[in-house]
Amino acid sequence: MRATSIIFRRELGAYLRSPLGWVVTAVLLLVDGILFQSSALGSGEHLSADVLRTFFLLTGFVSIVGGVALSIRLIAEERQTHSLVLLNTSPVRDVEIIAGKFLSALVFLCIMLALTLYMPKLIMVHGKITWTQVAVGYLGCILVGAAALAIGLFASALTRQQLIAAVAGSAMVAILCNLFPLAKRLDPPLKDVLSGLDLWWVRYMGNFMNGVLNLKDVIYYLAVIYFFLLLAVKTLEAKRWQ
Amino acid sequence: MIRVQDLSKFYGGKRALGPVSFEIADGETVGFLGLNGAGKTTALRILACDLRPSAGTVSVGGVDAVAEPHDVRKLIGFLPENPPVYGDMHVVDYLRFAAELRGMRRPEFAKRLPEVLDITQLGDVQDDVISTLSHGYRQRVGVAQAIIHNPKFLILDEPTRGLDPVQIVEMRNLIHDLKQSHTVLISSHILTEISQTCDRLIVLGGGKILGVGSETELAAQETEIRQVTVAVRPPNSDADTRKTIADALAKLDGVAAVAEPYEQGGGLLYTLSTSKDVRAEVSRAVVGAGWDLIKLDYSRSELENTFIRLVGGNDASN
Repeated sequence: MRATSIIFRRELGAYLRSPLGWVVTAVLLLVDGILFQSSALGSGEHLSADVLRTFFLLTGFVSIVGGVALSIRLIAEERQTHSLVLLNTSPVRDVEIIAGKFLSALVFLCIMLALTLYMPKLIMVHGKITWTQVAVGYLGCILVGAAALAIGLFASALTRQQLIAAVAGSAMVAILCNLFPLAKRLDPPLKDVLSGLDLWWVRYMGNFMNGVLNLKDVIYYLAVIYFFLLLAVKTLEAKRWQ
Repeated sequence: MIRVQDLSKFYGGKRALGPVSFEIADGETVGFLGLNGAGKTTALRILACDLRPSAGTVSVGGVDAVAEPHDVRKLIGFLPENPPVYGDMHVVDYLRFAAELRGMRRPEFAKRLPEVLDITQLGDVQDDVISTLSHGYRQRVGVAQAIIHNPKFLILDEPTRGLDPVQIVEMRNLIHDLKQSHTVLISSHILTEISQTCDRLIVLGGGKILGVGSETELAAQETEIRQVTVAVRPPNSDADTRKTIADALAKLDGVAAVAEPYEQGGGLLYTLSTSKDVRAEVSRAVVGAGWDLIKLDYSRSELENTFIRLVGGNDASN
């Protein structure tokens, strides 16, 4: 646990020091803000709940893209610059390395999401929404972003090439996010299995975005995060045998 | 003490090391000598628990490095070929990070830091960002992270690689200082570089141990070591053919090692380390396999070429 905390502090410091974290944040917030302005605020009158839905649709997407973008460097860059050797030859377990890196990226993602808070506040000023709706929406953003982070971290553990990791991570996230549209074309039981595994349409768009908090949705995201972090740990471990 | 028994490492189907066995006593300074691809780095990475062996046992300070790598890592400081530094960190912050990873508390680190900065002469740049440092200074930072927790065993993989002559002398002096308080393992492909620093040399070639002893002892074995250079022109020179030829040469009686071939004069040049004159056997094997034999040399060179002869000399042209 101590090693996790040490690695967490270093990685969070790296995000705060390097331009990468801030550039990703700035670009995504800019896109989020512009799309929110044009789709939710700038086209006639809307119900506050609809505007909030649109906001969380955009912010959920930003959270996923940000999750993948922030996670890609975590292991691949260390392999590329050879600094991973320091972690590998220190009395630190692979699970502590992955946990420290994941938590640092998650905290930075939360900082990024926190910077969007002014948008729901704007809706509150001009309309009527509750903090509960906002909190549930943000919980969904964090969970879907954390899942993307875990998937990206696994992709990052697979290779030393950040570009390959980015493509692999994005592809995995894109597939998991589009299982529901695919499932609709199939028959049960495959239909039920694929829609049950969908990362975006069923749970995020169907529930979190509408302010509906369902425990099994939370458990699903936690399971996805656990699964991909476990894969990342096992990948690190396996690389030592190669 | 470090005790290695029948250690092997395969990358895919290719044997990179072994089987090798050796022992290193506490307080000893041992050099791993070998050309590129000899297995030095693989051996050191296994000892540093950065890599797991495919077979064999490794015991460091009485702890099994395969079963208990976590405990062995506490005893070791490792400088790999490329210093494992984070370019975005300041020198002192990086050393604090490395120390904390090795379980040091902040007061312990604060006490140890001036000593390490003094040994590695990093005092002037302690507040600099690592990415702004020269290669020589980065190498020093790499050494500093390896010794910050005062490990019992210090493993330095090619510590003088890429350094200029002045920096090499400084690094040599630094290693000399470190010898006083650590068991040191150093690798290099330059004989003179480590023969001055080490009590004992382990010469590796083709993943196997070709000789063990001090420089004088190795030179005394010299009459038993010969070198045969053979240039072969096969129908094609793809990787499979190169390997087929190397395997055929390695099977011959008296051949200790076959170095990686390189192309020269339209053929593939192989250098063999042998215990006797095997020119006749080589020519029969090459011609018998249907390859053209375009050159065959035999040499018993002088003491200064001990290392080249031992390891097969595949990089002698570099």
